[in-house]
Amino acid sequence: MQPEEIPFLPRGVRIHRDAVRDTWVLLAPERTVTLDEIAHAILSEVDGVKSLQDITASLAARYQAPAEQIAKDAAGFLGALHDRRFVDLS
Amino acid sequence: MTKPRPPIAMLAELTHRCPLACPYCSNPVDLARQDSELGTADWVRVFTEAAQIGVLQLHLSGGEPASRRDLEELVQAAREAGLYTNLITSGIGLSQKRLQALDAAGLDHVQLSLQGTTPEMADEIGGYRGGYARKMQVAEWIGQIGFPLTLNAVLHRRNLHQLPRAIEMAVEMGARRIEVATVQFHGWALKNRDALMPTRAQAAEATRIVTEARRALKGKLVIDYVPADYHSDYPKRCMGGWGSTGLNIAPDGLVLPCHAAQTIPHLRFDNVKNRSLADIWENGTAFNAYRGTDWMPEPCASCDRKEVDFGGCRCQAMALAGDAGATDPVCVKSAHHVDLQSRADAHAAAEAALIYRTAPGKPAKEPVQ
Repeated sequence: MQPEEIPFLPRGVRIHRDAVRDTWVLLAPERTVTLDEIAHAILSEVDGVKSLQDITASLAARYQAPAEQIAKDAAGFLGALHDRRFVDLS
Repeated sequence: MTKPRPPIAMLAELTHRCPLACPYCSNPVDLARQDSELGTADWVRVFTEAAQIGVLQLHLSGGEPASRRDLEELVQAAREAGLYTNLITSGIGLSQKRLQALDAAGLDHVQLSLQGTTPEMADEIGGYRGGYARKMQVAEWIGQIGFPLTLNAVLHRRNLHQLPRAIEMAVEMGARRIEVATVQFHGWALKNRDALMPTRAQAAEATRIVTEARRALKGKLVIDYVPADYHSDYPKRCMGGWGSTGLNIAPDGLVLPCHAAQTIPHLRFDNVKNRSLADIWENGTAFNAYRGTDWMPEPCASCDRKEVDFGGCRCQAMALAGDAGATDPVCVKSAHHVDLQSRADAHAAAEAALIYRTAPGKPAKEPVQ
């Protein structure tokens, strides 16, 4: 994933609060991905407007963490979801 | 026994009725009659109970789920219960208007079956003239509405040469995913092994094509692959382990650990009409029969793959070894493995006409010319 690319959740992919297991999950066609705190924080920034670098900056400010590490985590996570067509890019 | 983890997925077989007559249908050979089907209110209650015990993914299947006139109502109820709703359909019975109503009801995803990539092949396998043309029309409407689409190509000896075209069609239709499913020999398919068993060479070629296409289409089309079972050396992780991730509701309300579980004669199944889904999942005898690893005989019990494949498929062990508690004969460690390999080769070399699925009280299908 490139820093200027804008990720978005395509139709049929949504974040869901799983009350039974007390966790966040990503629901996609015939698949469910359990979201840990970091994954949920990254996906919560995905709004179809912010680019990967905007998302990184926002997370770095919010969690007061090194931008480099966050950029790596976000690109890795969103890129893996993109390979499975759970995240599209514009 | 410790309390089982909650199930993630539920397959709701709304009906066994279907306009198609595919000779590999996974429905049981004894089909449920229409007058035994659960009504709308019962299904709605089951969806609510399912969500309460942890089900996230609901697969609405059949038969052909569009044969249920209350499908739109059921989708809406499932969404209101908080379930992700997936429609598994041949497309037959869906009009543009019904698809729009399903969209309004909140349907999340459509899985469309493909019996062949040409009208001749598809209509012959489905036993339904004009089915292919209708399906292509439905695929176009699905694309116009924008439903996420998975194409489910069911492959066997007669149509495996069409695999490359099936993958192309998925891309052309804008599908995000294709399921390349080599026929699994349960239900009606078990009767059709001589007609449908792929050759070993076909099975290997399919694996090669899938591997190559996955690389070429990365990020564009996801390919899920169910390889030819009898030609494998290790069995499938059936249902992710019996009673561990999913459950199946038959049209009449029986709760099954998998869609073929009724082929295991000693199991007794509970019905949603007189017992809660939570109680059935936790305490039902059929669910506890093969849950976990305690039931396993050797060679499974001491095998380092026992939590990888959970001994394979119980229904296949029943069908091929005559014992649902045996190691799946697909496994190289099974005493039946060598015999199964030679039987698979014999089935693949045999010639036989298709035996079509027939509904109770209906005449047998003649092949489409």
